[in-house]
Amino acid sequence: MSLAHRIIPCLDTDGERVVKGVNFVNLRDAGDPAALAARYNIEGADELVVLDIAASRDHRPTFLETIRSVARELAIPLTAGGGVANVEEGRAILRAGADKLTVNTAAIRNPALLTALAAEFGSQAVVLAIDAKRVGNRWEAFVRGGSVPTGMDAVAWAHQGVDCGAGEILITSMDKDGTRSGFDCPLTAAISRAVSVPVIASGGADTPETFLEVFRAGRADAALAASIFHDSIQGLGALKRYLGEQGVSVRQTG
Amino acid sequence: MNIALVEYGAGNLPSVERALGRLGVASYRASTPEALADCDALILPGVGHFGALMRSLGERSLVKPLREAVSRGTPLLGICLGLQAMFATSDEAPGDAGLAMFPQKVSALPPGDRLPHMGWNQLRRARPSKLLEGVPQDAYFYFAHSYAALEAGEAGVAYCDHCASFVAVLEQENIFATQFHPEKSGPVGARILLNFVRQAGARG
Repeated sequence: MSLAHRIIPCLDTDGERVVKGVNFVNLRDAGDPAALAARYNIEGADELVVLDIAASRDHRPTFLETIRSVARELAIPLTAGGGVANVEEGRAILRAGADKLTVNTAAIRNPALLTALAAEFGSQAVVLAIDAKRVGNRWEAFVRGGSVPTGMDAVAWAHQGVDCGAGEILITSMDKDGTRSGFDCPLTAAISRAVSVPVIASGGADTPETFLEVFRAGRADAALAASIFHDSIQGLGALKRYLGEQGVSVRQTG
Repeated sequence: MNIALVEYGAGNLPSVERALGRLGVASYRASTPEALADCDALILPGVGHFGALMRSLGERSLVKPLREAVSRGTPLLGICLGLQAMFATSDEAPGDAGLAMFPQKVSALPPGDRLPHMGWNQLRRARPSKLLEGVPQDAYFYFAHSYAALEAGEAGVAYCDHCASFVAVLEQENIFATQFHPEKSGPVGARILLNFVRQAGARG
């Protein structure tokens, strides 16, 4: 008996439609969020993440409606975020049906936001999302959808974020994102060693072997992927069967 | 069937409502003492902070009606923080009294594994359980918490191991509770809710 490693499909949206791109650019339409959510719920996803990568204030009501329509399809946990800058925006996302929310840019500007969110909703509802890129011999945290460098060390920031109240870390490798060349195991392992909370690895998902690698060498508690699931390159059931055969604890479904 | 979801300003009410709705079971939100008085079963959902939950129940004058409904034999299902609220006290809020349906306390899970205990885990069954009827032994359930009741005497019917052994399913007469979220636990979670609803039906 042990905690299962989670497989988490991610819906990057423009607030309304699922979009995808490589290295955070060249976005194109990839479908209806609620329809994809319904599919992943049945196929055995352990959790779903839905992000508003545009995160513009004008689109916020649309994104909240998207969260509601996605939540209606799910009997599994839902994490949502994108541009959350204060407790009230966090509350709106949770009220719309998310169980957890992600914060990124606003938390770097104001780490006390993590403390405020954790005090209000509990750490289990606060996921610190970090977009990191290799710079020299370390990883630097980037904000605003990966477009603005912060000068902050991603591993140190993860540690600080947990001290402030984050209950989980979602670490995205910008070097790997969209490349289908495997997760960034050294980055994920460095984050995993630095914090006591669960770590979700993101960016670079490809074959079942890449998931095995990030759970073993990367010490990830969960792995997130988008396009390989959206495009049916990888089925969730087959992926979990493979991991189970390799001795990784996973929740088998169906 | 008249199932009241105790509404106290926080919690995961909509997801519990949706999960019951998928089973074809109607529910209503109860935020006043009167609304708790006339129902076939009660569900106390919960996410957040033990102290905030107890204070919120107190402000709405729901503590006494909840206890009275349980004394009358109305089935009650506590979920996650709703399970913890049934105990006397919690490490999370040492100054706040719980519903004290069980004399033990809720503890912070000790260091050992990653915390919060977040994700899908299996159960170790200790006693026959009505909630777990028809649920496979190796089924996984969704947990998200850092506090737990380590002991509940005879009422502890299934346990989970993460950092420590803790009560995952609690049953005593008409009182039921799960530390995990059945409403987020896929088909096996739905079965747990159905089993609870059947308890309410069996009584009515």
